[in-house]
Amino acid sequence: MTPLPQNSLAQRAAERAARESYGRLVAYLSSRSGDVAAAEDALAEAFVAALRQWPVDGVPERPEAWLHAVAKRRQVDEVRRLVEGNRFTAEMQILADEMLPEIDEMPDRRAALLFACAQDGIEPGIRAPLMLQTVLGFSAAEIAAAFLLPPSTLSQRLVRAKARIKKLGVAFQIPDRSELPERMQAVLDAVYAAYTKGWADADNAAGADLAEEALWLGTVVAGLLPEEPEAKGVLALMLYAEARRAARINGGGDFVPLSEQDVSQWDAQMIHAATKLLIAANRDPGSGRFQIEAAIQSAQISRRLGGAASLDEIVQLYDLLALVAPSPVVMLNRAMAVAQRDGPAAALPLLDEVGRDERMMSYQPYWASRASVCAALDMHELAKAAFRQAIGLASQPAVRTYLQRRLDAINMT
Amino acid sequence: MKFLMTLYADEAKGAAIPAAEMAKYMEQMYAYRDALIKAGVFVQTNGLAPSTTACTVSTEGGQIRVHDGPYADTREQAGGYFIIDAKDPDDARLWATRCPAATWGIVELRQIVEHHSP
Repeated sequence: MTPLPQNSLAQRAAERAARESYGRLVAYLSSRSGDVAAAEDALAEAFVAALRQWPVDGVPERPEAWLHAVAKRRQVDEVRRLVEGNRFTAEMQILADEMLPEIDEMPDRRAALLFACAQDGIEPGIRAPLMLQTVLGFSAAEIAAAFLLPPSTLSQRLVRAKARIKKLGVAFQIPDRSELPERMQAVLDAVYAAYTKGWADADNAAGADLAEEALWLGTVVAGLLPEEPEAKGVLALMLYAEARRAARINGGGDFVPLSEQDVSQWDAQMIHAATKLLIAANRDPGSGRFQIEAAIQSAQISRRLGGAASLDEIVQLYDLLALVAPSPVVMLNRAMAVAQRDGPAAALPLLDEVGRDERMMSYQPYWASRASVCAALDMHELAKAAFRQAIGLASQPAVRTYLQRRLDAINMT
Repeated sequence: MKFLMTLYADEAKGAAIPAAEMAKYMEQMYAYRDALIKAGVFVQTNGLAPSTTACTVSTEGGQIRVHDGPYADTREQAGGYFIIDAKDPDDARLWATRCPAATWGIVELRQIVEHHSP
């Protein structure tokens, strides 16, 4: 990336415009051939030039036309290089003209590109990185840093995935109504998976970057699929979480749970934006997983801010979520909502039930929740064992030290 | 598949850590070991004596030579290891990210190539 000029707002605006235009051009150029890699090659230099020039000169009036013109010039140069003796002819110009389409009639095919990245034959773990690269133009190195992967490993997997898209050979299109919900879920799952990864790595800069990129992608997705309440739902959910980022880690670098966070550190603007999205999503009948999860976040946040949401309401939302998207993690969170509503004794049998799922044995939040409930019931030995297990499973230093502080508190009683 | 996790840390810095704080780190390491055992992933772990007690053996001009000190003279030294038996490389990586030693040093993860005699 180019060095930051003084006005980083201009930098960001330019970057955003460049990435938007880049995604449009990649989507358009690859929509018929399915060859994403070739489309990216054609645009690579134009994109680098844009990120260098736009923050300084301002974003051109028609960013796509600008990128298009630079990419075309590069292709002409390429053709010229190929001609023996540097004889450049009018025929060559025509040939070059055909390689990039006329910019004025270019429809926005980015939504179709998203669906192509999240189709069946593409391994789920690579879908979000693929979208970040093809739709927003992030480099493999940037994405690798955010996903905590070696760049060479990620590059190989991206190249393989693009080859796979080409081989699957489906023309890029928006799926029809019958397939749409399932295909949509795959797109939104990928965006949310990227966000939660960035959220988990809250105490390092790479995590913050990834969360921001996922939010950006979520904004683009919600804009491209304006009819889809779940696209708004996932964006609202991410914004509610992001609004609390600063409050999650205290001055000493320790993790702070929601119930103890300093609400003055929450980003009111983001919470407001999330609430607006959630209201817009709820206008449609039916609720999907992300809408319900966003509604739970909204209720939890409003309770902390002195709002009227009741604990009953939160437990009911978890019941609904368990119907729409059953998983042991949902049941775990429901049990903790019950603990809040009815006290720890009511939650313990629910946790026992959740713990029957083998996946919970290596799931850190399960042990941390169990430890909290046992501690509240003065079951010291069980609480200590559960805190130790949670410490052994923690991968973030901030969470590990938080859990250890709680364990020490029991040891001292 | 088995993996070796080698834990590197700055010995000089480690020696300067107060005993109470060190006890906390050790507690985290024991919790980590127990989580590995509970998940059925654990094979073995040990700490190593200070690298100053190491010696290296090599051949120079056809002669075996023994030198005092560790092989690589780096800022961080290997101070211990875990051997784990993970489902796949991703699972092994996940366990490596949980190793508390990565907060004060470096954890190197390498697959162990197992040879089975015919």
